[in-house]
Amino acid sequence: MKIKALLAASVAGVMFAGSVLAGTLDDVRARGKLNCIINTGLAGFAAPDDKGNWQGFDVDFCKAVAAAVLGDANKVSYTTATGKTRFTKLAAGEGEILSRNTTWTFSRDVDLAQTFIGVNYYDGQGFMVPKKLGVKSAKELDGASVCIQTGTTTELNLAEFFAGNNMKYNPVPIETNAEAQELYKAGRCDVYTTDASGLYATKMSFDNPDAHAVLPEIVSKEPLGPVVRHGDDQWADIVSWVLRAMMSAEEKGITSKNVKKLAAQDNKDKEINRLLGKDPLQGLSKLGLSADWAVNVISQVGNYAESFERNLYPLTIVRGMNALYRDGGLHYIPPIK
Amino acid sequence: MSINPLKIWRNEKSRQIIIQIIVLIIFGWFISWLAGNVSGNFERLGKDLSFEFLFIPAGYDINQYLISYNNRDSHLRAAIVGLLNTGLVAICGIVIATIFGLFLGVLRLSKNWLANRIAYWYVEFTRNVPILLHILLWHGIIINTLPHPKQAIDIFDVSYLTNRGFYIPKPIAESGIGLFYLFTVIAIIFAVLFSRYSKKRQELTGKQFPVFWINLMVIILFPCIALAFNNFPISLSIPELKGFNFRGGLHLSPELIALTFALAIYTAAFIAEIVRAGILAIHKGQREAAESIGLKPDRVMNLVILPQARRVIIPPLTSQYLNLTKNSSLAIAIGYMDLVATLGGISLNQTGREMETMVLVLLIYLCISLSISSLMNWYNYRVKLVDR
Repeated sequence: MKIKALLAASVAGVMFAGSVLAGTLDDVRARGKLNCIINTGLAGFAAPDDKGNWQGFDVDFCKAVAAAVLGDANKVSYTTATGKTRFTKLAAGEGEILSRNTTWTFSRDVDLAQTFIGVNYYDGQGFMVPKKLGVKSAKELDGASVCIQTGTTTELNLAEFFAGNNMKYNPVPIETNAEAQELYKAGRCDVYTTDASGLYATKMSFDNPDAHAVLPEIVSKEPLGPVVRHGDDQWADIVSWVLRAMMSAEEKGITSKNVKKLAAQDNKDKEINRLLGKDPLQGLSKLGLSADWAVNVISQVGNYAESFERNLYPLTIVRGMNALYRDGGLHYIPPIK
Repeated sequence: MSINPLKIWRNEKSRQIIIQIIVLIIFGWFISWLAGNVSGNFERLGKDLSFEFLFIPAGYDINQYLISYNNRDSHLRAAIVGLLNTGLVAICGIVIATIFGLFLGVLRLSKNWLANRIAYWYVEFTRNVPILLHILLWHGIIINTLPHPKQAIDIFDVSYLTNRGFYIPKPIAESGIGLFYLFTVIAIIFAVLFSRYSKKRQELTGKQFPVFWINLMVIILFPCIALAFNNFPISLSIPELKGFNFRGGLHLSPELIALTFALAIYTAAFIAEIVRAGILAIHKGQREAAESIGLKPDRVMNLVILPQARRVIIPPLTSQYLNLTKNSSLAIAIGYMDLVATLGGISLNQTGREMETMVLVLLIYLCISLSISSLMNWYNYRVKLVDR
């Protein structure tokens, strides 16, 4: 069943790839909808709400791109993908953007012919254990059974961490987050490991989140970000500048509440003017975007901080590394000039 | 004499040849178009078709390996580990399913109402539920009902049942074990020769040996003598609770147990029906004749009915074996590391070589299926010869 789907996807990928390479923007406009590949379900990043609408940090980014390109944040159709199928789906043209907690690595960037357009979330792999185990550090996990979500960089980090600390473990690889959670809850594993953000999301979805603890060790660097296909620089530029616009807006204090007002007036900070289309932004026409692209993004989705607070604060995730550089974080945004 | 094209066309034989050639050309053109299309689009995507990834370190760990493996070994070795895991499940599954299916099939024809109904309901229930549900159900039962290792169900202080799997003692060979192996082989050779001899003797004189019991004794006793002779060069590794899990002993993971069990009981239902069909295909005169010469019911079954039913049973049985082997790829649903989960799963994802890995997985399954098929065909051929 899995093989068939994958094979079909990869065959479709190589057969029809030719038609989806260039002119991504034209394709999206002609269709009137953006196709976005997201997680099958991870609270805070991409999960359906009680009305069945997808919500989350990664979903917000899809909406932001739709707002910039089509003027309407709701013109997105979502396709879900597991860790294993995501790159195949992107290559097959099932979506224009892969916005699914994807770690930026050399081989994914270079060997898989994809373009990582930036980092929207700095993450790292962590461990979650039931508190009743009494484990305080990941270095006490010798001999433990570890549930892993497969198809990620997680397996490699885990192998390196345990080998590096001369510890043994029993890996239990699981396809999706939901199934892995069930096994962890049933006690098939002592430990659940994935990116720390995913651990917090998973923990909050439990009946009794306080019975579980995320261990202090972060064993890897996981810069997560949206991905597009190689070969269409215009589209890659659009997607990457939408991300930067959201961060710039936070930096300049532009929010969904005040963006209309700021766009109407002449601001002292000329960067705000350029971002909101008051002053001309040289080269914008080459991207094929209208002058109000950033206004649409910020008014309909919000700036980076708004999206972060809306989706990730409920999971008790703090800004940490994901604050702007001036607040001690890692997000340093190229100027909008 | 000039060749008249119309005449060639009107000749049935040459017309057939011409049509076959045309079909072959079209087929060849289609294949080359497919290949060209694939390679062309790969080029446009900036991807190449390369199997070099097989020789770089896999980097991930596998929880069950029949040959030594660690995360520095290559993707190729990881694939072989997965293949062996697939083989393990397939072989265990086929053996259990065959025995169980045969038993059920005979039971289904039993005149005992209760036995008959039980077999009937079993077959109807089992084969009408998708195999994936069977696998998930058994896995769920194991991990949700059995206790945590710390409260393991203890069997004589040597074996433990937990929701992390079953831990049983594992025999470890020490020096001097060679004699044991030698005697085992001798015992098996003796058993084969002895059954041949007693069969011949029975044909000539009509006298019988209790072949089964004698062989069983020889096969058990001989190796034991060898062991005693060398002062029992075997030690047992007994599982012990250390830290989070049991260490030592033989570990049967819940995934292995659930998968083997689910595949076996699912396929057994189909095999039962095949066996029933095979037995019913034998004319009742055969049974009546056998009974009338005074054979006991079990001998009627073993000597008269089953050998004839075998011819009917084997071809469809082959497809059940193939199905079981292919269904084992559903292992991925519960995280059993078979071929699909290693080469077609983690290796695929780590290297991003979906075309290459999928082609390999396909070819390997094809090879497995063709081998099972040819083995069964060979057996079928033999049974045919012996019977007619």
